[in-house]
Amino acid sequence: MSQLVFIVFQDNDDSRYLAEAVMDDNPHAEMQHQPAMIRIQAEKRLVMNRETMEEKLGRDWDVQEMLINVISIGGNVDEDDDHFILEWK
Amino acid sequence: MAVQNKKLNLKDKYQYLTRDMGWEPTYQKKKDIFPDEDFEGIKITDWSQWEDPFRLTMDSYWKYQAEKEKKLYAIFDAFAQNNGHQNISDARYVNALKLFLTGVSPLEHAAFQGYAKTGRQFSGAGARVACQMQAIDELRHSQTQQHAMSHYNKHFNGLHDAAHMHDRVWFLSVPKSFFDDARTAGPFEFLTAISFSFEYVLTNLLFVPFMSGAAYNGDMATVTFGFSAQSDEARHMTLGLEVIKFILEQHEDNVPIVQRWIDKWFWRGFRLLSLVSMMMDYMLPNKVMSWSEAWEVYYEQNGGALFKDLERYGIRPPKYQDVANDAKHHLSHQLWTTFYQYSQATNFHTWIPEKEEMDWMSEKYPDTFDKYYRPRYEHLAKEAAAGRRFYNNTLPQLCQVCQVPTLFTEMGAPTKLSHRQLKYEGERYHFCSEACCEIFEHEPEKYIQAWLPVHQIYQGNCEGADVETVVQKYYHINIGEDNFEYLGSPDHKRWLSIKGVKPADEDKNAA
Ligand SMILES: [Fe+2]
Ligand SMILES: [Fe+2]
Ligand SMILES: [Zn+2]
Repeated sequence: MSQLVFIVFQDNDDSRYLAEAVMDDNPHAEMQHQPAMIRIQAEKRLVMNRETMEEKLGRDWDVQEMLINVISIGGNVDEDDDHFILEWK
Repeated sequence: MAVQNKKLNLKDKYQYLTRDMGWEPTYQKKKDIFPDEDFEGIKITDWSQWEDPFRLTMDSYWKYQAEKEKKLYAIFDAFAQNNGHQNISDARYVNALKLFLTGVSPLEHAAFQGYAKTGRQFSGAGARVACQMQAIDELRHSQTQQHAMSHYNKHFNGLHDAAHMHDRVWFLSVPKSFFDDARTAGPFEFLTAISFSFEYVLTNLLFVPFMSGAAYNGDMATVTFGFSAQSDEARHMTLGLEVIKFILEQHEDNVPIVQRWIDKWFWRGFRLLSLVSMMMDYMLPNKVMSWSEAWEVYYEQNGGALFKDLERYGIRPPKYQDVANDAKHHLSHQLWTTFYQYSQATNFHTWIPEKEEMDWMSEKYPDTFDKYYRPRYEHLAKEAAAGRRFYNNTLPQLCQVCQVPTLFTEMGAPTKLSHRQLKYEGERYHFCSEACCEIFEHEPEKYIQAWLPVHQIYQGNCEGADVETVVQKYYHINIGEDNFEYLGSPDHKRWLSIKGVKPADEDKNAA
């Protein structure tokens, strides 16, 4: 059986960078647009890297900043200073 | 020697917060300080194993929450200044907000109280901190929702006395009793009920597709509070999953206890969300996603992945999930046809779906809508056209546990009413389902105390014996303004005048 993890962002300016970064770092992920939101799902694992985001934004970025734009997640969370990971092991 | 001023990383910061907030008591017994920690039978051997993956500390908590609030209130202001209510898809939509304000927002407040109380019960500092932050979040949700919807209260009926209605109105006892049931349980059951079963497994269905639907219907204020609340929810959901894993890892004796709670609270939550099924399919004039599609994504798919992950702890999916999965084809239609009949006693209006909406439902519910539900609407429409808009004057039989009228049908038999009954200490009790009956059988002493609105009316505890008195005096529903059919209601007329359309009967008056 397939086991999807997912993350949903508010569709706003910050999230467009977030979504782009997630798609760059997770080639197996699938992005869906629904009214006012962006939903990304992937088999087993999704990772968000601080480094990728900082490159996209051209500034320092704290992983916890994403808390402002996230609507929902599915999967076990592992967060530290450099990344945010969602996964089913 | 120069002191190196090292910046703490997330893990260290979180450790300091949760380690320094806990200490071993010396002049009081631990048992006296945390008297409710073990009566449920849950065994915790090592609280230091508690991990909050977000590792949010108070300084970042306030920083991010303040930013969320600023964004949110900027949108509320813009919405009000631009008369945003005039840009929604249709005034029928506002009825979903009436249900939200009276049914959901008070639950946010109940969640605030629940987490504040429950957090006090744990001897582990990590759990206390998590509950404390969540209590503040939930208070924020309750407040921002009331602020957002207060704008609608200036322009539409039925939003004027939400807290009062929540405590009294018959169908609002469904959400109210759900949360009261959780809050009167022990601390570990409360977390399993609300953090895990409700927030992790089920609330996506309300806050994600429904809120996306609010945006699609032009309601920027609601989608913004919805998503702003939900950004806290991502943390709450994570907590829900961590709580379950923590309890299960602590002791194998915890597994059967937790499994029973998951079975119970999945079912209680599913019954509560039947109200949301109707909000999605019937109360959003512009449709985004059907209830059955949302159920497939947010329960069958995500819940499936989750319960597969929990297998390694010896946890299986909720006992009655098959019944819930089967019900996705029927739920919203059974609910709406019931509310349609009882609109004389609700603070919101109901209506027969328009032709395009019914066609949409035929498409989304190919096996059930045309066969079972369209004919009902055609009949009701004919009655209404003949001047006999149907209102049911018999008060419904409520389920002793979930308090929903016994309106559901049996799995795989959509014309057979689902009903169970049993006798306990000489009294007969009624249930909507096997699952609710089973919940009762396990804790009869709790559920015989249920405050069932219909019984209360018959017992004379609601300021009168006839529907009109109860509705007006006891519920504070303004008759002829808040209740009855949508077509021809003051809300409907107001909407027509906003849109520059003259209602038919005003034409007559002018003539
Ligand atoms: Fe909340
Ligand atoms: Fe919450
Ligand atoms: Zn029930």
